Amino acid sequence: MDFTLTDDQVALQEGVRKLCEGRFPMERVRALADAGGVDRDLWRELADAGVFSLRLAEADGGAGLGTAEGALVFEELGRALVPGPLVWTHLAAGLVPGAAEGERVVGGLQRQEEPFLVEYPDAIDVLLAVDDDGVWEVDRSRLSARPVSWPLDPLTPAHVAGGLLRGERRGVPGDAARWRLEGAVLTGAYLLGMAAALTDMSVTYAKERQQFDKPIGSFQAIKHILADMFVRTEVARAAVYAAAVNLDEPALGPPGRAVAGAKLLAGEAATLNGKAATQVHGGMGFTWEVDVHLYLKRAWVLDTTFGTADDHADAVAGLLGS
Amino acid sequence: MDLLWTEDDERFRTELRAWIDQALPKLPPATKREDWDARRARDTTWQRMLYDAGYAGINWPADFGGRGAALSEQLVFYEEITKAGAPDVGVNFVGLLHAGPTIIAEATDEQRARHLPAILKGEEVWCQGFSEPSAGSDLASLRCRAVRDGDDYVISGQKIWTSFAQVSDYCELLVRTDPDAPKHKGITWLILPMDAPGVDVRPLRTVIGSSEFSELYLDDVRVPVANRVGAENDGWRVAMVTFSFERGTSLVSEMVEARRQLDELVKVAKVVTRGSATAWDDVGLRREIGHAAAELDALWNMVKRTVSEAARTGVPGVGASVVKLYYTELIQRIGDLALRVLDRASLSLDDVFEHSGHFVEERLRVLALTIAAGSSQIQRNIIGERILGLPR
Ligand SMILES: Cc1cc2nc3c(=O)[nH]c(=O)nc-3n(C[C@H](O)[C@H](O)[C@H](O)COP(=O)(O)OP(=O)(O)OC[C@H]3O[C@@H](n4cnc5c(N)ncnc54)[C@H](O)[C@@H]3O)c2cc1C
Repeated sequence: MDFTLTDDQVALQEGVRKLCEGRFPMERVRALADAGGVDRDLWRELADAGVFSLRLAEADGGAGLGTAEGALVFEELGRALVPGPLVWTHLAAGLVPGAAEGERVVGGLQRQEEPFLVEYPDAIDVLLAVDDDGVWEVDRSRLSARPVSWPLDPLTPAHVAGGLLRGERRGVPGDAARWRLEGAVLTGAYLLGMAAALTDMSVTYAKERQQFDKPIGSFQAIKHILADMFVRTEVARAAVYAAAVNLDEPALGPPGRAVAGAKLLAGEAATLNGKAATQVHGGMGFTWEVDVHLYLKRAWVLDTTFGTADDHADAVAGLLGS
Repeated sequence: MDLLWTEDDERFRTELRAWIDQALPKLPPATKREDWDARRARDTTWQRMLYDAGYAGINWPADFGGRGAALSEQLVFYEEITKAGAPDVGVNFVGLLHAGPTIIAEATDEQRARHLPAILKGEEVWCQGFSEPSAGSDLASLRCRAVRDGDDYVISGQKIWTSFAQVSDYCELLVRTDPDAPKHKGITWLILPMDAPGVDVRPLRTVIGSSEFSELYLDDVRVPVANRVGAENDGWRVAMVTFSFERGTSLVSEMVEARRQLDELVKVAKVVTRGSATAWDDVGLRREIGHAAAELDALWNMVKRTVSEAARTGVPGVGASVVKLYYTELIQRIGDLALRVLDRASLSLDDVFEHSGHFVEERLRVLALTIAAGSSQIQRNIIGERILGLPR
């Protein structure tokens, strides 16, 4: 038992953080809103860095790493708010040709999620649907789709789709079950990174912004909000890392409870921190110019994918006392 | 990141479990609420049994009579002790969890030899005389005065909220030795024998109705200078060492117990009726219980992370304040859920059905956790200022 990052894990984390800082500064992330959320060259750079192939076996062109490493990578992507169907393309690597290499952008949804909102419709090459029977490649030519002219999150463009068809099978029920768990943990990790970024930007602002001749961070009402943001993030971090480790290590037992807890707490950390960050920033927090709203909106979006907070709380309850 | 117990850990767990199984029945039964002498006798008997079996001072260095166990073994120890329903550190939590470790870290060899084995054998029970009526969160403003007179300090003043003072042999006492120095610079850490003339213990009644803590009146009490731990006027630094132990370890067994309690609550919820269904059929209630369970799981993993960091770097990471703050507020929410499950049975601290009274008593007890050992507000200040670097 040693629940700290290994040196390799620290190096991976730092590497991805540097990549994000260099290639995805906030101006560029914002600009991606006009490109349907994905820039092909940047997407291939993510692929080259191993974002999609990370967990594939080395023989299949991957790095043979585990979900723990995947979580560390997605945490950094979330910190930088890198847009696009990252989790879906990552899950599809190995099943959908070209996904691992960044040649094809893969989006997806859960079939139970009516109404069907297809994310990144103009950016994706392949749309997958997951249900209890497996993973399906949807024939998009047979899909009626109405573009959303005003998406909640400017970095998550969407279509409202009708008559979702199954199309061609890409995965068996076991793949679907595994994807739900892995998707929840990786999305949780992304949310964790967002929660941490929101804390950082709020702390920075609270040290700079002066009112009553003092930095607002010296007021306890603000200081305590910030302390809670930090605490929430650290608790979510413990949950996400533990769930990832649980997925990698069968001897730790069934991962369902840990995974549900991780997505639940990471989602809450990001949404609650988004709201808190808005408050700490005052009027600035309500502007388009300050980045806080982009994080909060994404947090709300991601809370609906791979299970909502309520779904996961119910799932944990269902596993209690059994 | 590795969450798997090692083979050594598992071997230790098996051994310990077998020992507990045969040892526990030999322990006298739990005592009546206000019978403090019996409570002390039971807790110290258990401590002696642990000592004889080589399980006392699980995290204390072997040089001082401890087991010097790896940190992971310590977690296993707390898990097994709690799962079996064996006594916790009990009335000697101060001696075992923070006075002892402070003595290990700061005291002289004579002081160590005098007290450490006695604590481990269950022969000495300690209490903590830090808080005063006008010095709570602002502990450094304490006034209890000690004046040097030859080889003694002569102490006069008042302490308050001293847990288990009525059954203690010694007290870790903070006194003011230099009233003219800035408040953090005139404090000294002393070992006070509770039977010294001039020590008067006056029990206070808690919200539970029992007298768990007391006021301590000190009237010209003479304590030898040899009982000082650390230098004169350096007591604040020593007290910080005490706090690091107090905040670092004291919640671990509490948390294991909370996980057990939550499972128990689910069992209760599945049988108490609500109209034609059970409390567990209430979707809202069940969802909140699931939520709390996820938080408790996460905190337990946070403990593992903190412990792992400490094992690697020698110092507990940011974990201690985070865990203290989050856990104490969470356990109160879990207490609220318990009252909702019990519904009208919550009117009684006696059992209306199995264990129901215990949940009600727990709801009262955990009210103290967000106040004692640094209130939640103080923890938020600490996190804001020391971790996030916010201005005061
Ligand atoms: C069950 C129990 C057992 C205890 N056992 C012991 C013991 O054995 N030995 C011992 O020495 N002490 C003990 N204590 C005392 C405990 O450490 C103090 O109660 C605690 O430090 C708070 O001090 P206080 O009670 O004076 O409250 P105060 O300091 O008066 O606090 C009152 C309220 O004001 C808030 N507050 C105070 N300062 C600030 C600030 N700067 N910013 C924001 N809010 C603030 C607090 O959070 C609290 O809500 C025990 C307490 C309890 C409840």
